[in-house]
Amino acid sequence: MKKLITALFFVFASTGLFAAGGVSIPMDHIEPDIRDQESLQRGLALFTNYCFACHSMKYARYERAANDLGIPNEIFEENLIFGDAKIGELMSIAMPEDLAKVWFGTAPPDLTLTARLRGPDWLYNYLRGFYADPKRPYGVNNVVFKDVGMPHVLADLQGVCADKPQLGVEPEVDPLSGRIIKSSGCAEFSTEGTLSPEQYDEAIYDLVNFFEYVGEPSRIQSVELGRTVLIFLAFFFIFVYFLNKEYWRDIH
Amino acid sequence: MQQLINWIDQRLPIVKAFEDHMSKYYAPKNFNFLYFFGVLSFVVLANQLLTGVWLTMSYNPSAESAFASVEYIMRDVEYGWLLRYLHSTGASAFFVVVYMHMFRGLMYGSYKKPRELVWIFGMTIYLALMAEAFMGYLLPWGQMSYWGAQVIVNLFGAIPYIGEGLSLWIRGDYLISGITLNRFFALHVVALPIVIIALVVLHVLALHTVGSNNPDGIEIKKNKDENGIPKDGIPFHPFYTVHDMVGIVVFLFVFCAIVFFFPEMGGYFIEKPNFEPANPLKTPDHIAPVWYFTPFYAILRAVPDAFLGVVAMGGAIAVLFVLPWLDRSPVKSMRYKGWLSKIWLVAFVISFCILGYLGVVVSTPERTLLAQILTAVYFAYFLLMPWYTSIEKTKPVPERVTMK
Repeated sequence: MKKLITALFFVFASTGLFAAGGVSIPMDHIEPDIRDQESLQRGLALFTNYCFACHSMKYARYERAANDLGIPNEIFEENLIFGDAKIGELMSIAMPEDLAKVWFGTAPPDLTLTARLRGPDWLYNYLRGFYADPKRPYGVNNVVFKDVGMPHVLADLQGVCADKPQLGVEPEVDPLSGRIIKSSGCAEFSTEGTLSPEQYDEAIYDLVNFFEYVGEPSRIQSVELGRTVLIFLAFFFIFVYFLNKEYWRDIH
Repeated sequence: MQQLINWIDQRLPIVKAFEDHMSKYYAPKNFNFLYFFGVLSFVVLANQLLTGVWLTMSYNPSAESAFASVEYIMRDVEYGWLLRYLHSTGASAFFVVVYMHMFRGLMYGSYKKPRELVWIFGMTIYLALMAEAFMGYLLPWGQMSYWGAQVIVNLFGAIPYIGEGLSLWIRGDYLISGITLNRFFALHVVALPIVIIALVVLHVLALHTVGSNNPDGIEIKKNKDENGIPKDGIPFHPFYTVHDMVGIVVFLFVFCAIVFFFPEMGGYFIEKPNFEPANPLKTPDHIAPVWYFTPFYAILRAVPDAFLGVVAMGGAIAVLFVLPWLDRSPVKSMRYKGWLSKIWLVAFVISFCILGYLGVVVSTPERTLLAQILTAVYFAYFLLMPWYTSIEKTKPVPERVTMK
């Protein structure tokens, strides 16, 4: 029996051996927590106010997000739905794709599945990776996505970094003064924002957390049902194991 | 109840069928865990058919809305996410169990006389399964669906004279389009499942005619008692039905752990670029087929010439069909074969796995060289088999099966 379990495990595990390839630049790592409803609510608010004008979320419905994030439908309708959209509708936008192409060079992608496509780390670094670059049409470039067509829409929050921000840096603390000598992020701002660097990082964490949730809204349900199923199978195993043993007792 | 059974049995031989295939089908008593993978293939097939039917109820096979309909299943259909993950994980699990099942056949010589037809039907199932998986992979209409299909269909274009016309005929268009999607959908949900079910029936009927092989490679029918029952055989039902239940539950545990907790399996069961809708104008940086095709993809890339690469890839699958006639050994099981057979089988398995890895990653000159060497090992295992199985010294095979 042991042999069987090991073999099955090996068979499945071996497919995971081909670990994914490396990334080109160092990045900061985050652990999304899609059970943190307050973080998701803040992320949703940021998305609605800063991203939703240009980026659709056309595979998701307002109502599902409202229910999953614990926002009463009336409050959601009043504050988070613009125009005459109904709460049962998909989160699409009014911007026509052909015009968007003219404005940005490429149409802003739909963001429903962006966390599943790019991964939360990529998004977290990308949104903190803007810096001033006068050669670009919108005056900014990005260290994670070079020559990206997107303007730095969160500039009033973060400010604009004067030079390329250093990402994926292990924070170093001076042992005598306790002052942070080196940390991930922007060293100097050419324009100041309303948030401190720490507050901005937290805001981006919330936003990415929301993307992580909306990419796969069934994740929590899946984990909970999965637990029940595995516990059932474990008990059922005991039953079939002894049933088999009983039948095979006299076979040598 | 008995009356009803009698009534039916006078009109349709259900009792005889049950006896022939279950309660009086005598299977060797010495099966080991590798013999679970046949019944596990049944389990996965049933899973694919059932979840497939329900997915079809909400899926929309058009270039405009296929991608959105998959997300509709994931979000708006009750338990749609579960149906979809069962189906997508099931596709990979199908190949896992089938590869283990085939490996079992190689180990114990299950393809050898009198089971040549069992093997050939099995290989045909494998071929149909590859077509089924390939066409099913286009249906979510993601970037990798699209470009994977584009690459594979273009392979046919490498065939001289008829190639271009052939790939055009398969696509029904000059590039993969909604027309291709519709015909792949028809083939995936109607034509190929019928073919696969028919082949499975033939596979099992042929098996039950000649009887199952076993880890010792001994024909249990040569040793029968006074009632004509093989001395080393036990009725499939109830002994193997209860036995297989144990394997099925263990398998389901691993399978469900993936379905519920890691359905993407780190990007190998569901590839990340497939979370972006198909875009004919934007080629992904790196196109890799799903893991179960990668050994053959690596063989294809190992050959510098496009046409010869396609020939090598086709040959790598075709050579498996003639396996029963390549093995000249007087014994079936690896237990009694000589060292040469054992070393070659190990070399084959290792080369198959490393080729699988090389088919996933971006090719470099060193990797291509390695793939070329392993391709040579892959083919040598088969082509040298008539030689090494006939010269090696085999161990004596016992009269009766051994219980280990």
